[in-house]
Amino acid sequence: MNQTVLLAIPMLPLIAALIAGLAGKAIGRGGAAAVTIGAVAVSCALSCLVLKQLLADQVPNFDGTVYTWLVSDGVRMQVGFLIDRLSALMMVVVSFVSLCVHVYTIGYMSDDPGYQRFFAYISLFTFSMLMLVMANNFMQLFFGWEAVGLVSYLLIGFWYTRPTAIFASLKAFLVNRVGDFGFVLGIAGVLYYTGSLDYATVFAAAPTVATKTLVLFSGHRWSAMTVVCICLFVGAMGKSAQVPLHVWLPDSMEGPTPISALIHAATMVTAGIFMVARMSPLFEYSPTALSFVLVIGATTALFMGFLGIVNNDIKRVIAYSTLSQLGYMTVALGVSGYSVAMFHLMTHAFFKALLFLAAGAVIIAMHHEQDMRKMGGLRHRMPVTYWTALIGALALIGTPFFSGFYSKDALIDAVHASQRYGAGYAYWCVLLGVFVTALYTFRMMFMTFHGPERLDQHAREHFHDVGWDMKAPLVALAIPSAIIGYLTVEPILFGGYFGGAIKVLEGHDVIGELKTDWHGPAAFALHSLTSAPAWLAAFGVLTAWWFVLKHPERGDALRERFSGLNRVLVNKYYFDWFNENVLAPLARGLGLVLWRGGDQALIDGAIVNGSAQAVGRLAGVTRLLQNGFLYSYAFWMIIGLALSLGWFLMHI
Amino acid sequence: MLPLILFYSFATILVLAGIAVIVSRNPVYAALSLVLCFVTSAAIWLLIEAEFLAIVLVLVYVGAVMVLFLFVVMMIDINLEELRAGFTRFAWLGWITAGAIVFEIAGVVLTKRLGIDVTRGAAPLPANYSNTQELGALLYSKYAYPFEIAAMVLLVAIVAAITLTLRHRPNLKVQNIGRQVAARASERVRLVKMDSEHRE
Amino acid sequence: MITLAHLLTLSSVLFALSVAGIFLNRKNLLLLLMCIELLLLAANFNFVAFSRYLGQLDGQIFVFFVLTVAAAESAIGLAILVVLFRERRSISVEELNQLKG
Repeated sequence: MNQTVLLAIPMLPLIAALIAGLAGKAIGRGGAAAVTIGAVAVSCALSCLVLKQLLADQVPNFDGTVYTWLVSDGVRMQVGFLIDRLSALMMVVVSFVSLCVHVYTIGYMSDDPGYQRFFAYISLFTFSMLMLVMANNFMQLFFGWEAVGLVSYLLIGFWYTRPTAIFASLKAFLVNRVGDFGFVLGIAGVLYYTGSLDYATVFAAAPTVATKTLVLFSGHRWSAMTVVCICLFVGAMGKSAQVPLHVWLPDSMEGPTPISALIHAATMVTAGIFMVARMSPLFEYSPTALSFVLVIGATTALFMGFLGIVNNDIKRVIAYSTLSQLGYMTVALGVSGYSVAMFHLMTHAFFKALLFLAAGAVIIAMHHEQDMRKMGGLRHRMPVTYWTALIGALALIGTPFFSGFYSKDALIDAVHASQRYGAGYAYWCVLLGVFVTALYTFRMMFMTFHGPERLDQHAREHFHDVGWDMKAPLVALAIPSAIIGYLTVEPILFGGYFGGAIKVLEGHDVIGELKTDWHGPAAFALHSLTSAPAWLAAFGVLTAWWFVLKHPERGDALRERFSGLNRVLVNKYYFDWFNENVLAPLARGLGLVLWRGGDQALIDGAIVNGSAQAVGRLAGVTRLLQNGFLYSYAFWMIIGLALSLGWFLMHI
Repeated sequence: MLPLILFYSFATILVLAGIAVIVSRNPVYAALSLVLCFVTSAAIWLLIEAEFLAIVLVLVYVGAVMVLFLFVVMMIDINLEELRAGFTRFAWLGWITAGAIVFEIAGVVLTKRLGIDVTRGAAPLPANYSNTQELGALLYSKYAYPFEIAAMVLLVAIVAAITLTLRHRPNLKVQNIGRQVAARASERVRLVKMDSEHRE
Repeated sequence: MITLAHLLTLSSVLFALSVAGIFLNRKNLLLLLMCIELLLLAANFNFVAFSRYLGQLDGQIFVFFVLTVAAAESAIGLAILVVLFRERRSISVEELNQLKG
C-alpha cells in the first residue's frame, strides 16, 4: 500500500476543512461545499481502493510510522497507520457515510448563515475519525478520540445562540471527559505494563501482562489486565454512550440533523465499539472485563429502548434507538463476538444514518417541526423519504433478508451460545429488546407517515418536499441497508474476514460455534421464522399498529394507568435529574470549596500573601532593634560577642 | 620570686584602678584611674621584658590620649547629679555578661587543646637582646607597608577631628588661600597704553 | 615565675571589667570611651603575653598598630563628643536616639 495514498485519506478532509473554515467567506458557499465534498469523495474512493487491495489483491497489512512526534524516556509518540481488514472496514464506512452527509448538507443547511462553518466542521470530523481508525498506536488513537469529541462539541452547539444547544454541547463534552479520564488511565496502564504505546508491541506483550496483578482500594488484588481493560472500556462507555455515561446522546439531538446522522449514529459513537474490537488481544485475557462489558451493554440495550417508546420527538426516538443498538454491539463484544459486533456496527451505520437523514428530511419539510404528534400521513406527501425510511426501519427491527436481520440475529445467537458470566441476563435483555425496538420504531413510523394528518395550519401551508440533493443520500444509504447484510454476512462472520486483526481465544469463540449451524444467508433467514426474534419483532410491529393507528385512545388510557412508570420513563430514569441536581452541584460545590479554601485561603492567603506579611511582620519586630539608642547597640554587640565566643567554645 | 610578687601587686592595683574607672562618680577621677591602669600595665609589660611597648604605652597612651581625655572632661560642663540616676537598672546583666565572658575565656585558655602549655614560664632571652632593636628590624622590613598605612590612618584622624570640631567665628576676616592662589594676572591687571598728559 | 596563665587571666579580668562598664554606664558618653580604651588595653595585654611566650615578635608589632588605631579612634570619638555637646549641652547616651528606625 502506498503511504501517500494512506496519508491522503485523512489529510484531504483536513485540508478541505481548513480551507472551508478559514477562507469560507472568500470561497463562498458553493466553494466550501465543493472543496469539502470533493475531498471526502476522494477519501472515500481511496478507502474503497485500500479495502479492495486488502481483500482482492491480498496485499499484506500496512503497519508503519509516518512521523515521529517525540521520544520521551524510550516511549515513542508517533503518527502511524495500521491498515488491516478492521480499519479498512471502518474507513470505508466512515468516509461513505460522511460523503452522504456532506451531500445532504447542501440541502439541509441551505438557508443557514453558518453554511461554510458547518462544512468545515464535518470535514474536520471526518479527518479526526479517520485518524482514529487508522491509528497504529495509542497516542494517535487518543488524539483522534479527543478530536472527535471536540468536533462533536462544536457541532452540537452549532447554533450557539440557543441556550439548549450550548447546554447540550457542554454536557456531551463533559460526560465524554469523564469517559476519557478512564481511557487515559487505561492507556497509562498499558504504558506501565508494556512500556510502549505501539499496538504491535502491546498486543505481543498481552499474555505476559495477563499474569500480573496490582493492588488497589485498600489491599485488594486485581488482575492487571482486568483493571486496564475496564479503564479502557470506561472510555468506550463515554464515547459510545453506555449507561451511565449515556446521558449526553439524547441531548446531542440539539445539533443539526446531518451531524446526528454522521456523528451520533454512524461514526463517533462507534469509536468505542471499534476500540474494544481493536483491543481484542487485550480484552480476551480478562473475562472479568468482558463480563463487565456484557452487563453494561445489555442494560443499555434494553432500558434505553424503553425510553424510545414514550418520547414524542422524532429525533430523540432515533437517538434512543441508537443507544439501544450500541448496547447490542457492546453485548456482542462482551461475549467475544467481535466480528459480529463490527458487522452490526457496519449495518447499523447505514440504516441508522438513513433513518436520521430521513427524519431530517421530514423536519425540513415540516419547517423545523420535530414533534411527532403534529405529524401524520406524510407518506403521501414525501414518498421517496417514506420508502427509504421504511427500508431503514425494517432493517433496524431485524426483518429477515434485510441487513439488520443478519447482524442482529447472529448477535442474539452468539449471546445465547456464550457461557460467560452475565450472558444469561444479556440474552434476555437483547431478546426482549427486539420487541421493544420494533415497538418504538414502528410507533415512530406510524405516527409520522401513516394515519390521519395532524398537521397544524402553519405546517400545512408551508409544507414542501425536499429536493434531490437531500433525497439522493437517502437512496444511496437505503441500498446497503437492504442488501449488504445478505451479501457480507458469510465472509465477515465465518469467512475469517478479520484475520489477525481480531483475536479470540480458544473457549471463547462463540462465532465459531455458530458456524457449525450455518447453512448460508438464505437458510438463515428462513430458519429465523422458527425462532423467537423474528416473531418478537412482528409482535412489536403489531402492538405499535394497535396502539397508534387502530386504537390511539387506548394508548392514552394505558399512560394513565401506568402513570408512575410513565413518569420514570419520561424522566429518563432520573439520570439527568441526578446529574443536574446531585452530581453537578457536588462538583461545583467541591470547586467552590477548593477555590475559597484551597486557592484563596491557602495559596493566595497563607502562602503568597502570608509569606509577604510574615516578612513584613518580622521586619516590624526587627525594626525595634534599631531604636537609635547607642547603649542598646553596644549592649547587643557585647551580648553577641559573648554568644559567639560560647559557640566557638563548643567546637573546640 | 620577686617578679611574681611585683606582678601580683601591680595586677591588684590594675584591677582596682579598672574598677575605679567604672564606678567613679567624677569623670576626672575616672580618667585619672585610667591613667593609673595604663601605668601599671606598662610596669607589668616591663616585667615581661617588652620594654619598648611599655614605654610607648606611657608616652603615647597616657601622654597623648589620656591628656586629650582630660582636656575634654574639663572642657565639658557636666551636671554630676543626673549622671548617677539609672545606674543599677541593668547592673545585674552587666555583671552576668562580664562573668560569662571571663568564664569563656578561662575555658579557652585552660583547655588542653590550646596547643601550648600555659603553666610554663617564658623562655629566657639571650643576654644582649634588645627589644627595641628587634622590633625595629621586624617593623621596617616585614611590616613596612602596614606601618605606612598606620601613618595614613593617623593623618586621616587628624584631619577628621579638626574638620568635625572646626567653628568659624562670624564676621572674621579670614584668608581664603585657595582663591588667592587661583587668582590670575589676566583677571586682575589690565595694561593700558595712554599718552602722557601735558600740563601747560 | 610569671606564667602565661597569669597574664591571660589578668587580661580577661580587664576585658570583663570593661564590658561591665559599658553596660553599667548610661549617662556618660565619656565613660563609654574610657571603657573602650580599657578593652583595647586588655587585648594588647593578650598580644604581648602570647608574643613573649611563643617567642615571636609579631604580636608586639600588632600592639603598635592597635595603639595607633586606638589613638585615632579616641581622637575622633572625642571630637564627635565635643560637637555633640555643643549642640545638645548633654552627653547622656540615652538622649542619643535620632537614629531611630
